[in-house]
Amino acid sequence: MRVVLTGNHAAAYAALLSRVEVVAAYPITPQTQIVEKLAEFIEEGRLKAKYIRVESEHSAMAAIIGASAAGARTFTATASHGLIYMNEMVFWAGNARLPIVMAVVCRALAPPWNIWTEHTDILAQRDTGWIQFFCEDNQEVLDTIIQAFKVAEDDRVLLPVMVGLDAFILSHTATPINVPEQEDIDRFLPPRKPLPFILDVDNPLTHSNMTYPDQTMEFRYRLQKAMERAKRVIVEVDEEYGRLTGRRYSGLLDCYRCEDADLGVIVMGSSAGDAKEAIDKLRDEGYKPGVVRIRVFRPFPREELREICRGFKAIAIIDRDLSPGLGGILYTETLTSLYDLGSRPIVQNYIAGLGGRDISVSDFKLIVRELYRSIEEGVETIPIRWIGVEGVKL
Amino acid sequence: MFELRLHGRGGQGIVTAAELLVKAASIEGRWGQSIPMFGAERRGAPVVAYARVSDKPIRVHSQIYEPDAVAVFDPKIIEIVNVISGLKNGGVIILNTSKSMRKLKLDSYKVVTVDATKIAVNLKLVIAGFPIVNTAMTGAIVKATGLVKLESVITAIRNTWSREIADENVKAVETAYEEAIGINYGNA
Repeated sequence: MRVVLTGNHAAAYAALLSRVEVVAAYPITPQTQIVEKLAEFIEEGRLKAKYIRVESEHSAMAAIIGASAAGARTFTATASHGLIYMNEMVFWAGNARLPIVMAVVCRALAPPWNIWTEHTDILAQRDTGWIQFFCEDNQEVLDTIIQAFKVAEDDRVLLPVMVGLDAFILSHTATPINVPEQEDIDRFLPPRKPLPFILDVDNPLTHSNMTYPDQTMEFRYRLQKAMERAKRVIVEVDEEYGRLTGRRYSGLLDCYRCEDADLGVIVMGSSAGDAKEAIDKLRDEGYKPGVVRIRVFRPFPREELREICRGFKAIAIIDRDLSPGLGGILYTETLTSLYDLGSRPIVQNYIAGLGGRDISVSDFKLIVRELYRSIEEGVETIPIRWIGVEGVKL
Repeated sequence: MFELRLHGRGGQGIVTAAELLVKAASIEGRWGQSIPMFGAERRGAPVVAYARVSDKPIRVHSQIYEPDAVAVFDPKIIEIVNVISGLKNGGVIILNTSKSMRKLKLDSYKVVTVDATKIAVNLKLVIAGFPIVNTAMTGAIVKATGLVKLESVITAIRNTWSREIADENVKAVETAYEEAIGINYGNA
């Protein structure tokens, strides 16, 4: 069925099709429409789920953790301050290996007060033990949330998943998307299996209780191994979904015109489309750039990225985030992955689009042309460049 | 790809108009984006939205800098916002006004006017004393640009609202489509 949906409503439809059983959420701009729509689905009887109203995001995640530990398929959504307020429980869910799925509408943190997009909120959660997806468009939001449940609940993985979508640019922008049939999704995503155990009053057990220093590291080791196995599962699930719907997203990262490219633009989220548009125009001018869109940030696609970057002379890493005192977070992760490549490309970091500032096709063209100039002139890379900041020249 | 910028006041329904155009494009098997620009607006404050319509999937997500057309839902907006900013040479301006075009100095563009406020008031499309001009303006936009078919907009309205509400809004679209007048294309 082809319908016009915002990114927020696409997320709600995905949770509906996934037959989530428990939703607990606290409203926050620009996420509120997701849980409002789910409340509507439950009210209309279209979704048979328990909606738990809570007084904060921290409690929302706590309620979801309880429900997930009891075996329910659970979903919530948040953004920005809500996500950061939830932080303690986000770690809890990750370390407890509960297959929760959460939509995160990526939004800047205050001050100054700002409701628009930025990736710093979700990237601040990168060490919580959650798998993290970034979406390029509304269709991918819907498809990824459905895929996320299948990945999270796979017994090789058993990890929670965050699905990131850019505030307003996706959350409130309406586009035609294909909504799959319920019976197809039911075949793809059967009810959750009670693995490896669930809380059950008839078979009591304890969960997440005290361990001593001689036991805790084993939990972390297993968490890391589960993350490593998740890479393969994400690719498999994406392929299976592709066979079902005709839509797949190249698993961990999406490469556009990279086969013969000598320069790569690495980007996450909705501006990847603008980067692709810019690259097509630059190819007409005789340049040979490509785009690598990181779809999965955790587990980080280290090996896959190394394989692609081997062929590039230079890389532009676009960060819609900032780790003050260091630079872009995607930049740091990429550099770490490329350190021991035999011949390393020139790597240049660009900070762009913070607080919802637009990243236009012209910005991408400017970045790529400038990087080609650096290659020709053999210029040393400068750690951070800022795009569109008043008084700061590229 | 056709790019439209909509100017209006909070409460006039510019976002709904942009969405109706995208829904109409979707009905035709085409592609579109309706992009609201949210800020701290309240009812009555100047607001902007964008719409893109294309025969191919749309990859771009950035804002529209050089629109093919602009739709102005309240003529007073012209006094406080530069509504023709970036408008392509020969672009189209669709204006809700009761005035004669001679008084408007917009002569390097194609200008189409419609009295959408009167149409909305006559059809009692008024909420809290505020005429909801979005569907009438959508009719005028379709007439001025040929962006989507009139029938597709009508289908989109019927798919969106209950019969009673849809009927009045369909009348608004049809009346505006009928009454919208294109004036001179100046020296564009």
